[in-house]
Amino acid sequence: MNTQTTLLVSLPYIVLAGGLLVVMLGICIRRTHFVAWSLTMVTLLATLASHLLGYEVLGGGISVTMLFHIDGVSYLFNALFVLAAICTAVIAYQYVDEKLRFREEFYLLLLAATFGSLMLPAATHFISLLLGLEIVSISLYAMVAYPERVRGPLEAGLKYMILSVASTSSILFGMALIYAASGSMEFAQLTPVSGSAEGDVFYLIGHVFFWSGIAFKLSLVPFHIWTPDVYQGAPSIVTGFIATVSKGGAFVVVMRYVMESDVFSSEAITQAIFLIAAVSMIVGNLLALQQRNLKRLLAYSSIAHMGYLIIALFLVATQPSIGFETAIVYLAGYFVMTLAAFGVITVISQGSDSELANIDDIQGLLWRRPIPAATLVVSALSLAGIPLTMGFIAKFYLFAAGIEGEMWTLVGLLVLGSAIGIFYYLRIIFAMTAKPEGELDSVERGSWTGIGAVAVLGVATLALGIYPTPLVDLVQNLVRVSGF
Amino acid sequence: MNVALLIGLLLAAGLVAWGSERFHRSLPNWVALVSFLVATIWIVFVWLNGPSEGGLYGSQSYEWIPRFGISLTLRVDGLSLMLIGLTTLLGAVAVVSSWTETQTRQGFFQFNILWVMAGVVGVFSAFDLFLFFFFWEVMLIPMYFLIAIWGHEDKSYASMKFFLFTQISGLLMLVAIVALVWVHYDVHGIITFDYDTLLETELDSSVARLLMLGFFIAFITKLPSVPVHTWLPDAHTQAPTAGSVILAGILLKTGAYGLIRFVITLFPDASQEFWVYGMSLGVISILYGGYMAYSQSDFKRLVAYSSIAHMGFVLVGVYSFNDLGIQGAIVTMIAHGFSTAALFMMAGALQERLHTREMSKMGGLWVRAPRMGAVTMVFVIASVGMPGLGNFIGEFLVLLGAFQKNVLLTVLAALGIVVAAVYGLSLMQRSFQGTPNPDVPEMKDFAFREMSVMVVLMVGLVWVGIYPQHVLGMTDAILPLLGVVP
Repeated sequence: MNTQTTLLVSLPYIVLAGGLLVVMLGICIRRTHFVAWSLTMVTLLATLASHLLGYEVLGGGISVTMLFHIDGVSYLFNALFVLAAICTAVIAYQYVDEKLRFREEFYLLLLAATFGSLMLPAATHFISLLLGLEIVSISLYAMVAYPERVRGPLEAGLKYMILSVASTSSILFGMALIYAASGSMEFAQLTPVSGSAEGDVFYLIGHVFFWSGIAFKLSLVPFHIWTPDVYQGAPSIVTGFIATVSKGGAFVVVMRYVMESDVFSSEAITQAIFLIAAVSMIVGNLLALQQRNLKRLLAYSSIAHMGYLIIALFLVATQPSIGFETAIVYLAGYFVMTLAAFGVITVISQGSDSELANIDDIQGLLWRRPIPAATLVVSALSLAGIPLTMGFIAKFYLFAAGIEGEMWTLVGLLVLGSAIGIFYYLRIIFAMTAKPEGELDSVERGSWTGIGAVAVLGVATLALGIYPTPLVDLVQNLVRVSGF
Repeated sequence: MNVALLIGLLLAAGLVAWGSERFHRSLPNWVALVSFLVATIWIVFVWLNGPSEGGLYGSQSYEWIPRFGISLTLRVDGLSLMLIGLTTLLGAVAVVSSWTETQTRQGFFQFNILWVMAGVVGVFSAFDLFLFFFFWEVMLIPMYFLIAIWGHEDKSYASMKFFLFTQISGLLMLVAIVALVWVHYDVHGIITFDYDTLLETELDSSVARLLMLGFFIAFITKLPSVPVHTWLPDAHTQAPTAGSVILAGILLKTGAYGLIRFVITLFPDASQEFWVYGMSLGVISILYGGYMAYSQSDFKRLVAYSSIAHMGFVLVGVYSFNDLGIQGAIVTMIAHGFSTAALFMMAGALQERLHTREMSKMGGLWVRAPRMGAVTMVFVIASVGMPGLGNFIGEFLVLLGAFQKNVLLTVLAALGIVVAAVYGLSLMQRSFQGTPNPDVPEMKDFAFREMSVMVVLMVGLVWVGIYPQHVLGMTDAILPLLGVVP
């Protein structure tokens, strides 16, 4: 392996970091919202394109220092994160223009968070794991609290920061204990030194702390308390980014960790994670039933979705290829439908003082704002896992994975959870189909960029649900090429 | 015939109907009506042409998701063709029956009707289990919208209940399908959802029993049978007329079709063992449905409960495992499609005119609307099981078949016919006969539009009733597949 190859496969990282600097310098020279936004878009698109260049020399995967192992799967996740960032930037433009005082730096934070998320799929070492997670989190603290004169976002930002820092400390402490037991920080060499009872104890306790922190990042029960408040308080477009890129990144790095470190050979840890998954599916769905605010509802439903996804995590330990395939397809679907949902809330809230996220605010929306509302209908059906949508293909993969791994309890809970889920997703749809009060004005208002972007997401949800073969083939190929 | 094209036609017509709303208010109605008529005529031609060798009227296969061995395999045999024909015909009936009822968003309304029907046609012709499940769910969402948007006073509750019951039981079926595929994969090393290939899966009897239950629950929920019938009275009562016609006429049949096509053929031994439960559930449905129908004061709710009773006969017929029983079940499906569609149309017409479904607020309507009275009479006696009309043939064959299996259950099922006479005649008496209710406003009698539909349905009933050989001949081919020798 020579330097040139290494540089080529690292190109996405270099391009993104370079673009970040360019945007920063651009802001120093002259503050123009549109220019900052354009530079951001160019950077993100260039990053996306540079994956193609890097892929040509990638082969079965290349280790860059001991911290990163870049392969086809990590590229796929990178592409997913960058695409999510592009959607976020497109939908955010109007919001940033209308609501924020200091507009340009918002994009700096977005780029920084994306940069952090790109580290996670390739991380094979505790250091790179921590680095990636923290770059994402720290950028997000600022993004959540960005409308600095509004009470809601500030409160949410503060909550998110304090709890997130606590969870990071927990992860760090866990890492220290695991290191004490195994003498290494590389994922592949974390088994405790054999024959030492002390080592085993440290290993277990270390994992208690480690997984607590991770469960916080993924908002699994009982570490989920922050989720509804932060989801509700943060600007919708930022919430969408947290729900997808931040959680997706954390999940990806955990998958790599599980695959390489063989942590699930420990019965106690497996049992604990199993319990967390089961409780998350139930609690997330039951609490979502009570919500009348869309963002809180989606927060609880995301808890349940992360619980479902643990099925894929278990399979990663035994059959990495199927586990990764399931997780990638599921996350891809989840990204599209979640971004669509939060995008719609952003788009329909344009021109009003507060966010229109209450179930009463969307009464009759299908007749007032057909395009965003139709997208939200598709997104809700997809989150509920109804055929014709991407969400069904994703859920189908989970069923297949669960049955393949013979995890009958979790599959049963998945059925139960989906059944409960239908209640609250249908309530969203029902509210939107209700007869609108007063005069009908079915004229689309607001920016066409935002409406167009959510429409594209809605169409993508349908298209991938009806003909998922291209995505499925791509994922299957890359997983195979990466040698899982 | 190319079923994919037919499904495509209905889907495209749905989009056209939606779009045509902006040009003229009633244009969507015409679009939907014409497409259903074209489809029906097409099917009649296919039927007249007769099957190709192998007994198939059409067969297509396209690749869809090769990763899981999923393909778009569509095939039409006699049973499928007949049910698809019923679907498109009742589609036209549904459109006509709601010609003036829906005042708002005609375009989206007809879009939903066309898409439900496209899903149903897919269900009746899919020979890939994944595709079958796909269509099974596709017909659900437009139906939900039909109830949730255009339903009556309690539509929120009814639509939610309908969706939940179907969806949960559907998920159980999905688990069973995927598990079946994985069992097959473990033995043969190929992942496939193809029906023919999966037929050859060897299953342990305990596994087969569990998987069979997954399918069984989904299908008897749709049928519906006691104890998973509770969604039906609410959904039927709250749905707009076209919705009720489609629900009763077509959607219930998908459950019976699933039992015949999938449960019995995929799990022959497990199903044979299960006969006593299947048949008993059928008998309970007949008696319970009849009893509940009699105690209703709501015209539409009465008809809804009577559907449960009729579908009980289908269940009894299917689980008697002989040619008489199964063919009787199929005839009952067709005849019930005609008679109940007409009765729901009548309920819709009465509600449109009187703004109530309560029979206590009716009475003596025959004087005001003699044509409506006569038509109702015909369909009520059909539903009661009068010889010469389709329902009689179906129920008689079912009882004949069931008698060979178990005498006690047959006797109990036959009691259901007596109960049917009681609720059927009481329906007639409370609404159309008796002293005219002075509070009833002036009402229009059936005009040409409504009468023409009713005549078509009556002709259908008489045809099946007098010359059932057409229906029986269409289904002969399927009997050997069910392990039944005719």
